[in-house]
Order: sequence, then structure tokens, then C-alpha cells
Amino acid sequence: MLNGGPTVMDKVLIANRGAVARRVVRACNELGLKSVVVFSEADSDAPYLSEASEAYPLIGTAAAATYLDQTQILSVLQQTGADALHPGYGFLAENAEFARAVAQHGGQFIGPDEKWLSLMGDKVSARQIMAEQGFPIFPGSELLQDPEVAIAQAREIGYPVLVKPSGGGGGLGMERVANEEELLNAVGRSRAIASRAFAASGVYLERCIENPRHIEFQIMASEQGEAVHVYERECSVQRRNQKLIEESPAPSVDAVLMREQAELAALVCNRLGYNNLGTIEALLTPTGELGFLEMNTRLQVEHGVTEEVTGLDLVQTQIKLSAGEALPQVPASVGHAIEARIYAENAETLLPSTGRLSVYRPPRMFGVRIESGYQEGQLVTPYYDAMLAKVIARADTRELAIGRLANALKGFEIRGVDTNQPLLLKILGDAEFIAGNVDTGIVDRLLNRK
Amino acid sequence: MAKIDVESEVTGNVWKVLLEVGAQVAVGDVIMILESMKMEIPVEATAAGSLTEILVKPEDQVEEDQVVARIDG
Repeated sequence: MLNGGPTVMDKVLIANRGAVARRVVRACNELGLKSVVVFSEADSDAPYLSEASEAYPLIGTAAAATYLDQTQILSVLQQTGADALHPGYGFLAENAEFARAVAQHGGQFIGPDEKWLSLMGDKVSARQIMAEQGFPIFPGSELLQDPEVAIAQAREIGYPVLVKPSGGGGGLGMERVANEEELLNAVGRSRAIASRAFAASGVYLERCIENPRHIEFQIMASEQGEAVHVYERECSVQRRNQKLIEESPAPSVDAVLMREQAELAALVCNRLGYNNLGTIEALLTPTGELGFLEMNTRLQVEHGVTEEVTGLDLVQTQIKLSAGEALPQVPASVGHAIEARIYAENAETLLPSTGRLSVYRPPRMFGVRIESGYQEGQLVTPYYDAMLAKVIARADTRELAIGRLANALKGFEIRGVDTNQPLLLKILGDAEFIAGNVDTGIVDRLLNRK
Repeated sequence: MAKIDVESEVTGNVWKVLLEVGAQVAVGDVIMILESMKMEIPVEATAAGSLTEILVKPEDQVEEDQVVARIDG
């Protein structure tokens, strides 16, 4: 039981699946909290069902009918008497309406106050908040209404521009536009995708940064709104706007700039009174200019690399902060940590791959940590995202950490589905990557797509 | 004229069918879009010709290598 003053926490419902569900179960067990997991009909063989204190089935298989079904999840919350809910990442993690409903059902939503889910979930409002607080932002527009205004704003920003859904994420509905002729059609397409995929159909424009680096700052903040940063992560190695490899500290970058911007990110969160964990994502141009990208109001997939260099347990910290406990001391960042995401997808075509994991043997190696919600014999279905496992390596230097990660990937035996392991190894062996010259175009260059 | 099978490369479900029977297609034209593991996977014409059959509809589940359309080319 956690007792941080006004809040007492005893049992946590985990409204998620896969690696993050298992990660939160572990943190609950370590904190002496009871954990409740939910599982769809496709996830009944998942390893973490037996690691949690209780497991409840959800009716259905598709994400919309199960892990996104607020009614089913809230009914488990009531049925089990859980007094807190951890949303993980993805699914309902950044859904303000859901956070409100959890509170109305007597549960503590483990995350920031719901107002931050709304304000930061809307990219246009998030940009405005950050600009007001003095965090650098790249030129962009308000929500687009009038086509004439859109054309004028795009001219002012300068081509190429990006058309982006304001309520979106994961690069869905985002389009690069090179000239005025393409603009209005792209706006229409983006709006159509946004209205299908997200709650809001609004779109806006942003300057398109060619081959930027993706840098982000980990924030932790108390319920009273006292915020600190726990350094940066470099996440430029991506495919389809989804991260593949993440590391901390960021290599080959101005260390002073990193420290200054991390401190500024923490200062902004302090001034805003933001609470719990959050990540401020930014783009860094080839000329060293940094600008706000978005703020994620939740645990990140890649939180593990920060844990490895600081020794902090971010998930335990998140739960304790939510229960009203004080901020922990910020440790120094020591050594280097790097993570690779193993996806069930073909390493060349990048097409998703489903099937039964006839062999699934994570390696056990010194300095290597594996986070996975799968086990041998389990079926990988088309209903959810393709991530099978995160492999995290830690060492004194970046070079050694890369070597350890490569060995771990080679030693991770998976059969029954295609995986991207060959692509990950290709990246880790690439001269540009090893030199720390990373940007978001690196995967396309390695696949000879550009 | 040869009948050419167009197959799904993945297991997933049909999100959108973009073309109708009778449409003239060129190699690479997107006939339909599937959804699998949160990704959109286009099914492209593998030959030029006339689209004679569309064997699935939105929401249908499809298996890897399942024939989803036919082209007379």
C-alpha cells in the first residue's frame, strides 16, 4: 500500500497489453501493490496474466472493442475495487474523457491532471502554450479553416510545409507539401484521415524540417507541480514515424545546448504546474536549431534508456508521484544506454507479419534488459501494434553499449513471424550511425529508398 | 487475356476498397487498403488491365496470400 498523504493506493488496474502491461505489473509487485490486468480474446496466452494479482477478460479482439472500450474497462475497475488505473502508453493513455471517467468511478488516474491531456493532446494549443512559456517553436499556423488563409499562411511559413492533424500522433495523416498546387488537396486528405483516426478533425501547418534529429526531454513532477528533468533521449532512428532505436545521452550533440534545453523544459513544466511524468519532444535541425514538436503526457515506450543511465525506476516513480509522494532526488546520468524495438515485420518490405511464436528465446546477457509481453507459443495477431520486445543495453560508453545491443539482438531467437532484427543490426553496424550522425532519414537511406 | 490473381501480402482486415469492378488499372495502382498491426497496407495491381473481380469488402478479414481481386490483363 502507498500512502502519500491524501491518497492511499492499494490496487492498480492496468488498462493496456503487451510489454507495458508487464512492466507496470512488475512495478506494482515491487511496490507491494496489487495489480489487475485485462486481456482481449487474442491475448489470453500473454505471460503477464499470471504475474498480476488478478486478470480479467475483455470481450472481443479488435483494439476498439477491447483496450479502447471505456465501458468494459471501467466495469473491471468497479468490479475489482481497484483504487488506481495505469493507462500505459497508446490506447486510452492520453484520453482526457477517459481520465475524467476513471476519477468519477473512484479511481486515481496515474498520469497528469486531465487538463494536460486535453491541452497537450491538441498540437495547436500545445504549441501556443510552449511559445507563451518561451520554449522555442518552429513557424506554424493556427487550425486551418479558410482555404485562402491556408495558402497565405503556407507562404509565410515557407515551403516545404507539413500538414498535420492537431489531435493526432504517430505521423498518421501527416503530409509534406512542396508547393502551393498540392496544398489544398493535402489538407483535404489529412482532414479525412484525422476525422477517421482521431477525435478531432482539425489540421494545421508547420514548417517542414528536412532530416531533423528527434530529441526529447524526460520530465517528472510532483502533484504540487514541482518539476525536474531527467536528461534527454535521442530517438531519430525511425521508420514510418515510429521509433526503432533510442538512446541516452544523445550522441554527437552540443552538450551545453542539451542541458540548457532540458532545464528550460523543466522550468516550463514548473511554471505551468504540470504534474506526473511527461516528455517534451523536440526537433533539432542540421544547423543546431531546436524547436518544440509535442508533449507526451504519459510514460514513453523508451523510458527504459533513461532508467538505465540514471538508476531511477520511472514507473515506480510515476505511481508514487500519483499517490502524492515527493519527487525523488535526480541522479547523475552515468554511462550510455541504447534500446532497439523488435517488431514483427519484414526487415526489407517493413510489412507486418503475424503467426505463432514457435521459438521465442530472449537472451540473458550482462548489461542487457528485455521488456516483452510475449512468450514462446503465443500467437502474434493483426489486431495490435507489431512491437514484440524492447532490448536495452547499458555500458560505460556508447560504442560498448552498441556492441552489447547487437550481440543481444543476434542472440534473440524468434521463429514463426518475420522480425526486423536484420534491419536493426544493419543500423547498428552502419558507419554513420556509429559515428553518431543520426537523423530521421537514416532508415530510408539504409533501405535505399532515397 | 490472362486472368491475374491479386493477393494480400499480410494477414489483416480490409479498411477501404478504392476501385470498382470494370476499372482499368496500371501496375502499381492501389486497389484497396488493408489494415494490420495498426498499419495501412495498400494492395496494388500486379498487372495492367481491367479489374474483373473484387473478392472482399470493407471489414472482411484476409489471410496472407489470399486472393482479394482479379485482373484481366
